[in-house]
Amino acid sequence: MIKQLYRWLDDRLGLSSAIMPVVEHPVPRSINWWYVLGSATLVAFTVQVVTGVALAFSYVPAPNSAYESLTFITHAAVLGKVVRGIHYYGSSAMVVLISLHLARTFLMGSFKFPRELNWLSGVFLFALTLGMAFTGQLLRWNQDAYWAVVVGAAQAARTPLVGEWLVQLLLAGQTVGGATLTRFYATHVFLLPAAMFGLIAVHLYLIVRHGISEPPRAGWPVDRARYREWYDRLLHEEGVPFWPDAAWRDVVFALAVGAVVVALSILVGPAELGERADPTNLRAYPRPDWYFLWYFALLSLIPPATESVVIIGFPTLIGAILLILPFVAPAGERSPRRRPWAVASIGLSALAIAVLLREGIEAPWSPDLNPPRVPVALVAGLGQPAERGLMLFQAKDCVSCHMLGGAGGRRGPDLDGVGARLSRDQLTWRILYGGNGMPAYGQSLTPEETGDLVELLAAQGTRPGRR
Amino acid sequence: MDETATRRRFLGRLSLALSGLAGAVVAVPILAYLLSPLIHPAPRLWRDVGRLDDFKIGETREVAIYDPSSLPWAGQTALTAVWVRRLGEDAFTAFAVNCTHLGCPVNWQAGAGLFLCPCHGGVYYADGRVAGGPPPKPLPRYTVRVQNGIVQVQTQPLPIVS
Repeated sequence: MIKQLYRWLDDRLGLSSAIMPVVEHPVPRSINWWYVLGSATLVAFTVQVVTGVALAFSYVPAPNSAYESLTFITHAAVLGKVVRGIHYYGSSAMVVLISLHLARTFLMGSFKFPRELNWLSGVFLFALTLGMAFTGQLLRWNQDAYWAVVVGAAQAARTPLVGEWLVQLLLAGQTVGGATLTRFYATHVFLLPAAMFGLIAVHLYLIVRHGISEPPRAGWPVDRARYREWYDRLLHEEGVPFWPDAAWRDVVFALAVGAVVVALSILVGPAELGERADPTNLRAYPRPDWYFLWYFALLSLIPPATESVVIIGFPTLIGAILLILPFVAPAGERSPRRRPWAVASIGLSALAIAVLLREGIEAPWSPDLNPPRVPVALVAGLGQPAERGLMLFQAKDCVSCHMLGGAGGRRGPDLDGVGARLSRDQLTWRILYGGNGMPAYGQSLTPEETGDLVELLAAQGTRPGRR
Repeated sequence: MDETATRRRFLGRLSLALSGLAGAVVAVPILAYLLSPLIHPAPRLWRDVGRLDDFKIGETREVAIYDPSSLPWAGQTALTAVWVRRLGEDAFTAFAVNCTHLGCPVNWQAGAGLFLCPCHGGVYYADGRVAGGPPPKPLPRYTVRVQNGIVQVQTQPLPIVS
């Protein structure tokens, strides 16, 4: 009976004649654990789609309710915290996995002939994944999201010629308002996923059409005239069926990643939403999610004069490099052992991102708008001018940018020990005329106040400075 | 070329052209609908932000104005914050809250008499000039006036377009 049903289904669906040959298509026997990243990205995408659909059952994409609906999902809905948590950590997993997959494909030269279009479709999927990450964090409609829209628009505004149009299309108007959020919502849940479904189909089709690239061996360059024939023979002589000989690793790895994501969402939970989006609440410290934080750090560390060029030029340059890569280097050595520049560029990129990420987390360039109090013990026995100086140091917000006695911002130099570095005249000059990023305080301090501050700082010579 | 081949080529091209035409017919309204922010610029309206004596001379205060083309579901985001400074009897200046570097919200620090930006440490003087940090330009201004003892600020597009 069951056999009969299976035979009927098999006949009508073509399971064994059309589907199984694809599932069991031969792959090189030597493929290894480096090959699990792409399928894990696909699994992460699938999980994002499923949890995203679940979230959409409760999420209200209107500025006056979006934040409240997410608060409901996170704190009131049954297991809503876990669903949102999986979506939250799943997005990080997907960004990490697709980045690693891209790096792996580049390092092993898998983008070379005849797999140029595999690479290109993958590059577009990578860009779309970043687009999903950006639009997704906006849907929280908290303060970070609101100001991320503004910061995103400010960057788009720097595009030559069409900057103003781009901003208005991004905001769906001339300011952030009722139409903005639905624009990002539709983009996040319909537009980008639809494009990704299409591109994933193309990507998978191309993988089956050209076969999974064999792990490279040094001294075995790709020769366009003979590669296909050689690869077919390789599969014929020592190929194994993808399912299950290769697929088991994909399953194990995807399950491991999934276990981490689920564990994080249960044990740690999704990030708190923070304050709701409010354009009139200016006590905001907008920060992007970690996967864009390194870029945020880059923009604060480059010279201001180069900013417009970098903001537009950097993403364009990276995109252009990725797109022309398979046409610049379509043949030749694939092994990383014979491509030191490929290894170096990935290594340097990873290092740069790690360093920038660390800087972005610490953000030493940001003044502290709610600065701590400098310990009063600092002026003990220094006399009244220094005591008044300390009060001014607090009242005039010097402490927002400068550390003194271990308390304060890190935008400017730590002033512990400044009395040993600078004379009274130099201190007075710096305070009155500023420079090097410091505002001139000449107009907001009386001569007596300046004198008091100098008195305070000149006394900071006995302790050695910490930076 | 024989008659069948010509006929097939004609039918093939006809099908493609008709499909293209159908696509274009659907695409035109969709594109116009999506691009409507470019087609209908918002009007510039005067918004009351307070009575004259709500503002002390020499003081800088945050006010909020309603966007001119707000939607009913915009909630709090229908508002835009503006820094208003009273210079003299009838003299006011109004600054955007958006840093000219990347648009982050600048905060007025009354003690220091400076606007500070929490993102990358841009600093502006009370008159909007750049005092330090990465901002390339002074704080953008809004048009402000006093009418019958009421202070009014004029709406304008988000001032981040260079």
